[in-house]
Amino acid sequence: MSDNLLEIKNLKIGATVYPPGEKPHDITIVHDVSLDLKKGQVMGLIGESGAGKSTIGLSSMSYGRGGVEITGGEVFVNGRDILKIQAHGLRELRGREVTYVSQSAAASFNPAMRLMDQVIETTLLHGLSTKTQAEERAIELFRSLGLPDPENIGNRYPHQVSGGQLQRVMTAMALCPKPDLIVFDEPTTALDVTTQIDVLAAIKKAIRDTGVAALYITHDLAVVAQVSDEILVLRHGNMVEHGTVQQIIEEPKEEYTQELVKAHSITHEEKKPTDNPILRVENITASYAGTIKVLKDVSVDIHAGQTLAVVGESGSGKSTLARVITGLLPPSEGRIVFDGKELTPALPNRSLDDLRELQMIYQMADVAMNPRQTVGQIIGRPLELYFGMKGAEKRKRVIELLDEIEMGEKFIDRYPAELSGGQKQRVCIARSLAAKPKLIICDEVTSALDPLVADGILKLLLDLQKIENVAYLFITHDLATVKSISDSIAVMYLGELVRYGTKSEVLSPPFDDYTDLLLSSVPEMKLGWLEEVLADRKMESAGN
Amino acid sequence: MGHPILNLVAQRIALGLLLLFLASGLIFIGTQILPGDVAQSILGQSATPEAVANLRKELGLNDPAYVRYFKWLAGVLQGDLGTALSNGKSIAEGISSRLQNTLFLASWAAALSVPLAVVLGLLAVQYRNRWPDKLISGVSLASISLPEFFIGYLLIYFVSVQLGWFPSVAILNETMTLGEKLNAIALPVVVLTMVVLAHMMRMTRAAILNVMQSAYIETAELKGLNPFTVIRKHAFPNAIAPIVNVVMINLAYLVVGVVIVEVIFVYPGMGQYLVDHVSKRDVPVVQACALIFASVYISLNIIADIVSIVANPRLRHPK
Amino acid sequence: MNFKRIPLSALVGIIATGGFLFVAVFAPALAPYGMAEIVGDVWEPASDEFLLGTDNVGRDLLTRMMYGARITIFIAGAATIFSFVMGSVLGFTAAVTGGWFDMVLSRFVDLLMSIPTLIFALVVLSVLPGNLVTLIVVMGVLDSTRVYRLSRAVAVDINVMDYVEAARLRGEGTRWIVFREILPNALSPLVAEFGLRFIFAVLFLSSLSFLGLGIQPPEADWGGMVKENKEGIIFGIPAALIPAFAIAVLAISVNLVADWILNRTSDLKGGRG
Repeated sequence: MSDNLLEIKNLKIGATVYPPGEKPHDITIVHDVSLDLKKGQVMGLIGESGAGKSTIGLSSMSYGRGGVEITGGEVFVNGRDILKIQAHGLRELRGREVTYVSQSAAASFNPAMRLMDQVIETTLLHGLSTKTQAEERAIELFRSLGLPDPENIGNRYPHQVSGGQLQRVMTAMALCPKPDLIVFDEPTTALDVTTQIDVLAAIKKAIRDTGVAALYITHDLAVVAQVSDEILVLRHGNMVEHGTVQQIIEEPKEEYTQELVKAHSITHEEKKPTDNPILRVENITASYAGTIKVLKDVSVDIHAGQTLAVVGESGSGKSTLARVITGLLPPSEGRIVFDGKELTPALPNRSLDDLRELQMIYQMADVAMNPRQTVGQIIGRPLELYFGMKGAEKRKRVIELLDEIEMGEKFIDRYPAELSGGQKQRVCIARSLAAKPKLIICDEVTSALDPLVADGILKLLLDLQKIENVAYLFITHDLATVKSISDSIAVMYLGELVRYGTKSEVLSPPFDDYTDLLLSSVPEMKLGWLEEVLADRKMESAGN
Repeated sequence: MGHPILNLVAQRIALGLLLLFLASGLIFIGTQILPGDVAQSILGQSATPEAVANLRKELGLNDPAYVRYFKWLAGVLQGDLGTALSNGKSIAEGISSRLQNTLFLASWAAALSVPLAVVLGLLAVQYRNRWPDKLISGVSLASISLPEFFIGYLLIYFVSVQLGWFPSVAILNETMTLGEKLNAIALPVVVLTMVVLAHMMRMTRAAILNVMQSAYIETAELKGLNPFTVIRKHAFPNAIAPIVNVVMINLAYLVVGVVIVEVIFVYPGMGQYLVDHVSKRDVPVVQACALIFASVYISLNIIADIVSIVANPRLRHPK
Repeated sequence: MNFKRIPLSALVGIIATGGFLFVAVFAPALAPYGMAEIVGDVWEPASDEFLLGTDNVGRDLLTRMMYGARITIFIAGAATIFSFVMGSVLGFTAAVTGGWFDMVLSRFVDLLMSIPTLIFALVVLSVLPGNLVTLIVVMGVLDSTRVYRLSRAVAVDINVMDYVEAARLRGEGTRWIVFREILPNALSPLVAEFGLRFIFAVLFLSSLSFLGLGIQPPEADWGGMVKENKEGIIFGIPAALIPAFAIAVLAISVNLVADWILNRTSDLKGGRG
């Protein structure tokens, strides 16, 4: 045998699916994947949803999630084929040689047990040390992972700790039994960007300090570039490309990898603000259920045919701003001026024409469309409601709109459930365009989509803006998207507007503290970015 | 105030008492909705006007309804359930031995059905989507559709009459030993068990499945814990509350099932007593029995709520 | 609809339910004897003359079964429709309007449901005359609480969907939102629930009649027939088992159909592609 810690040879993974009303049938999730990992090395597995990356990661623990079965190939860990060993042997492997960190730590901890008991459970189970030793080690790990109050945090229950902290506790749990290999399954995906960087740094430090090997699974190439030695690019369960981080990032060979590397590189020339904004948001203050203010004195302008990006993390009030503008949540103070006239605060009192001119696109396209209506009905309804179109005239316009969103007539009688994620979002775009609006509010419209699909949507939105001269209020947590499409930017934090101006103004120094933190936290697709940022931060805190 | 969980539990109990109070009002109103005269309808059309007037006086019908209600309620709170119209005896006396009998029957049914339902529910989860699961869910679908008297008479016809194993009529008296009593109630217990088993099993299965599909169970499996430890340390503490909940709700259901089963087996319990007096239009007895059934039902539901409050770690260990 | 895709169990359910309905509608034409006609001895066994034997006073059991089907299905059906119209209209209204209307109604339903249905029915029937209308109304009102809860819950779930919000933002009226956006998505669970409520109504009516508080003689539904013939059981005469069996078969067949509709619902949600 070689000196490889993990060796996967010609792995094939299948699953039986049970579509309701049809006969169950088998599908293949992973076709013929092979990889090697040496001790202490980190391999990044990258791909879009459905690439099979988590499934491959879990195969190194000989585990199939929800009916998934390994149908062929071999997986060697420390020289033995773990697909051939029995349940007892597997229990020796899991938690001792290989451990796992999942995407959602919040769901992965037993809600009825203290964190410490869960963190040291494996160590005690496998008889690796005494309880006191294990607890000392756990506290040591909590400290090195940068958790607050490392001595006592273990006494808490999972719901008493924040998401970012839980993710670090889960990393400690994986490290505690001193495994040879850790499988990280999208460990930072569910976190806000400023939290992500801390967790990422903690994971990287832990890997370096302990010399553990890791499989790092993610859809974000920029993230994986910071922690891995090698990268394996996957698509639809097939290997696309394998190489060192440097090679993949700097000289990708395969076309698909090149696209992935180029993702988020849409550029768009900033337009200058006009004198007459199409929408003025003036000193808006708003709260839910009376008491807690979620928006505090926010004022922004949107100009015709331009894009204002509102950026912020969860709890910043950015989505509330959209609800106030649409009239779903009347503000307690302030006013909204649309196209020169003041809008009635509450939705029911607005005129049909005001409603027509202000459209909205949602994050989750699947629930933004009535599943019982066809694409034709969905796009046709605004035509009927606002312009009284019927029959052939309506159909003709629907087909035009379907062409505009690059889908075409063949989709007209399909139901939403028959479309892919990107197609669904396109139909939603067509529905809002059908109203011939002056402003479209886009609420995180690309954040549920894979990067390449998201890029397609952004390109489409920019193209349509040129043709239709429509303005966008683009709400997002993703700064890369902001840079791609905005003309002006509003940065929000805890309900307040912390920075606002044209794109070039907002993105040029000097920065306020929050914008600086936010901007510096967005992973960049280059080697050593994480170290640079952390070094900068240390200097800053030393300077303060 | 003390621990937030105590507040919640106290709140829940207070709410239960309020519900019970309102339910007593509803039961009272339920007997007042007859268009026309209660006394007349009790005595029938042929009754003399004097008899009707006497009964009105006896029933206190000349008082306004709310006065009668509070008089009745005050009596109930002091343990005085009033007197039966049909025989003039104290209702409390009539009920006490029957209530004991009913509870005797119901608790044996519970003792049989609860462990059976939990074990079968676990089996169904263990063999999910395989034949034991399908069999269990098929049988439970069928038995939910079966009326109690079908199961009851089927058992009487085959087990009691054809095979002669157990008595077809469940009669209890003071001199019987426990063994004799159990022999007498064997068939009613089986019927009651079958009536609640299906529901309880289905709900237990769903509750366990819900827990077993959680991410933290996967975490435990990936830690290399053996299946027994996974269940003992990770699944059980989280499944206990939903299971107790299921059990309580179904025991409440059992309280109702008991009425019909008692009639089938001519068992001297509350249900039989209630049904007899409904036919006799003996309103005070009906009100008293209904109130007792309702309080058992409401109490079981409150216990179910309290268990889920107490078992919830989020409430037990607030932030 | 593709009939080949209907699973066997649902097909059996549909055929059996249809058969019962057919018998119920055409009972007078199909029945060999008169409903209350005494044609033979007490509890005669099955013969060519009396296919299912005779009952406790010598009436033809088959004839009584056919008329019983008529009464059972009619009352249960009427009570179910009553409870559905009342429960779903109130439930939808409560979900869409919200506010005090929803609050008051929901608390009242909680209260009604805190007393076991059978017990409350017994309370009311202890003073009300046991006739058709009373039975339908009492059963309908008590059962509408469950329909109310379900339809309110379903409507509340749909009401918070983005597509309903999108319709509001588009400027659609309440009528459009209820009938075009909410109802089409709520229909399947409600139809399946209709089947389950119907079964419940059949069982409930049978229980009441079995206890002697439902349909009054000489008319009889199946539950009443069980009561009439139950004394025979201990003499080894299975006459009471026949109507009890019929109730069970009817309930199971409707259940099979309801189960299938419920599965088809999740089918649509899960996607067609």
